[in-house]
Amino acid sequence: MNDTVPAIELKGISKAFGPVQANKDISIRVMPGTIHGIIGENGAGKSTLMSILYGFYKADAGEIYISGRKTDIPDSQAAISAGIGMVFQHFKLVQNFTVLENVILGAEEGGLLNNSLSKARKVLKQLAEEYELSVDPDALIEDLSVGHQQRVEILKALYRQADILILDEPTGVLTPAEADHLFRILDNLRAEGKTIILITHKLREIMEITDTVSVMRRGEMTATVKTSETSPEELAELMVGRKVLLRVDKKPATPGEKLLEIKDLRHVDDHGVERLKGISLDLRAGEILGIAGVAGNGQSALLEVLGGYADATGSVKLRGQELPLSGPGSDGSARREAGIGHVPEDRHHEGLILDYTAWENAIFGYHRDAQYQKGLLMDHDAIRKDAEGKIERFDVRPANCNLAAKNFSGGNQQKIVLAREIERNPDVLLIGQPTRGVDIGAIEFIHQQIVRLRDEGKAILLVSVELDEIFALSDRIAVMFDGQIMGFRDPAETDQRELGLLMAGVTNTKEASHG
Amino acid sequence: MDKMPAWADAVLVPLISLLLAAFLSALVILAIGENPVDAFKLMVDGALMRSSGWGYTLYYATNFIFTGLAVAVAFHARLFNIGGEGQAVLGGLGAALACLFIPWPHWSLAIIGGAFAAAAFGALWALIPAYLQAKRGSHIVITTIMFNFIAAALLNYVLVNLLKPAGSMEPATANFPEATHLPSFQDMFATADNPLFRGSPANVTFFLALIACVLVWLLIWRTRLGYEIRAQGHSETAARYAGISPVRITIVAMLISGGLAGLMAVNATMGEAERLVINAAEGAGFIGIAVALMGRNHPVGVLMAALLFGFLYQGGAELALWTNIPRELIVVIQALVILFTGALDNMVRMPLEKLFVKRRAA
Repeated sequence: MNDTVPAIELKGISKAFGPVQANKDISIRVMPGTIHGIIGENGAGKSTLMSILYGFYKADAGEIYISGRKTDIPDSQAAISAGIGMVFQHFKLVQNFTVLENVILGAEEGGLLNNSLSKARKVLKQLAEEYELSVDPDALIEDLSVGHQQRVEILKALYRQADILILDEPTGVLTPAEADHLFRILDNLRAEGKTIILITHKLREIMEITDTVSVMRRGEMTATVKTSETSPEELAELMVGRKVLLRVDKKPATPGEKLLEIKDLRHVDDHGVERLKGISLDLRAGEILGIAGVAGNGQSALLEVLGGYADATGSVKLRGQELPLSGPGSDGSARREAGIGHVPEDRHHEGLILDYTAWENAIFGYHRDAQYQKGLLMDHDAIRKDAEGKIERFDVRPANCNLAAKNFSGGNQQKIVLAREIERNPDVLLIGQPTRGVDIGAIEFIHQQIVRLRDEGKAILLVSVELDEIFALSDRIAVMFDGQIMGFRDPAETDQRELGLLMAGVTNTKEASHG
Repeated sequence: MDKMPAWADAVLVPLISLLLAAFLSALVILAIGENPVDAFKLMVDGALMRSSGWGYTLYYATNFIFTGLAVAVAFHARLFNIGGEGQAVLGGLGAALACLFIPWPHWSLAIIGGAFAAAAFGALWALIPAYLQAKRGSHIVITTIMFNFIAAALLNYVLVNLLKPAGSMEPATANFPEATHLPSFQDMFATADNPLFRGSPANVTFFLALIACVLVWLLIWRTRLGYEIRAQGHSETAARYAGISPVRITIVAMLISGGLAGLMAVNATMGEAERLVINAAEGAGFIGIAVALMGRNHPVGVLMAALLFGFLYQGGAELALWTNIPRELIVVIQALVILFTGALDNMVRMPLEKLFVKRRAA
């Protein structure tokens, strides 16, 4: 193997969407047989760059070289024939096809499927042995776990003889154990001489698996360094452009009275699936209870039920007062009146109306309050004044309350939601994925606000799929799996490994971790 | 992102679309051997150069303002009310019953009573599809279309079997009592030396339509209900998160929408025909969709678009009267305007946006 010729070389790639310069004169060399990490905040231009490499976008300027040869990639077909495979964050699989059928989809040979299928079966068996990539070839995609579905995506790329594999945020949906397995697969692929580009925003993964790492910020490549010669702190600084605190400063909690008592909470969604299967937990004043779990194990339903927009059975008591869980008095307004604030998981579809201005959003959910009314009309002056205060105190940038919410960055959108919910001074605050899609700089601020609220004696229910965040903030951790709570842990006495087992539904963690 | 200035979005895009539509219309007129310039002159002359022409243009525009506002209000809650026609038909029935069976002492009271009856009937006709959408998930586009047919059949039955005066051969009610006749623009503005608006149907209802524009603007952008309607229109999940009941908003928005469509009858039935006839809605319910589309669901836009369509209606009638251009071709021209301003909106908008972005970058 020729080690001096890069597997991929990009020279001076630029791409603009209207006035936004998504990629600015980006050059990068990825050596064969290495894992090259690309790290950067949301909107830094990572995905755009990879979309250019995979033929989804055409660069305004710049050249692509594959193994030293200048290559044009006008569409994804060209990328595939150039030996590039892509594993998207959101899988592109046909749910009611088998693994085999998905693998040959688009690569069928001849009019009859039999030949392709038997050939694929052989190749798959071989790949499985070589790379620890075992999946039942006859299983339907819809029956597979997320981790296995991801393997199918990798197999699809390898079946098309990809030498270069691009993975976009591959661990976002995986349990820690599944992520470990993925990294072993990547390790094996590297050992066989494959080239891997790993796009992520998680510093830990970069440090763990990559050989080289490139940092992107605001469309530019700010640095490319050997992973062994850098540190998470340095990478974070390169990403944000200033020093950031990666740890949250907080004093030990001083839990007070029981504010929220939940008993045997059950919820069935619109499709008849039971999302909550008897949740019971207590939440005390002055503590942060972190709910860990892989996305889709009922955390969202729990927030929706407590936030007042999904019906449930069971019992929820706030300060000893029973809250209605369906029918009149169970909607979001009633919950807010009772003193439950809610920073929802999905700020684009729940927490904000993206087309509303910041000031309109700053009262969303509280818009019925008397202080915002003037006779039959709403008191826009009062609302604007109120919003300007919130924007100033939460350092929302740009500090322009007439701007539509969609024109703020993820972090600043989240600050608008947080300001609205926190300044209401709720007794209980529900927070879902507080820092999803939020830049590192804003994460620091958001975490500080959550801890400050706790120190003021509020009860906080935190749902996050980021284990690091759960550990950084929680005073107690509950793990959810399949609509149930698998157990409570003290963050000081547990670790990612034990939580990972609980997240996968293994309750007997002591034995499993010894076994 | 700020792609282009607001004035360009509100004025330039529809203007260019209109010019394109006019150009294509000219080609069509050429193709049947007529002179497009003469035709256009005739339209302008007939619709805008004489006060009686204005009287017709404003009469049609009044209808379109009501039905346009009806579509606009529903659309803010992301409900596509195709049923304006049927709601206007029922509005006519309401106005007719109020005029025929209540002895009004003066037109000023009659217009209030008639407006209430028309709005109530229109609103109730919209309530059924709204309820079905909110509670049963039946798609409002389908149900409102079907309710147009039911409304037409219902009116037919009521006129022929219940309200037709004995011995009349025509499916229409008796003439309304004198006291319910609304003052026309001729009554209001013509003097002995200056016979303005002679013979034209524009009447005091036009001012009611202007008031409706202001009220709708206040409702959508200044009231709590409007805030909630728009929130639901943008994201139903977010609305539920904020404690806004989708059932309530769907029903309330459709009641208002149906009421506005029903109000059209005050103009057409009380103001012009002064009795209820079988085709009282005149297709204005459907034109309202185009008017709302072109007016970007904003009352000012609806007003402008309604005036434009009023002009097209009246100008078209003139064309049919004085040239060999058949009436059907007028429909073609109207369709082209709808096509360009509504359906092909992005065809003009996108290149224009690019142009503005480029100019700013340069």
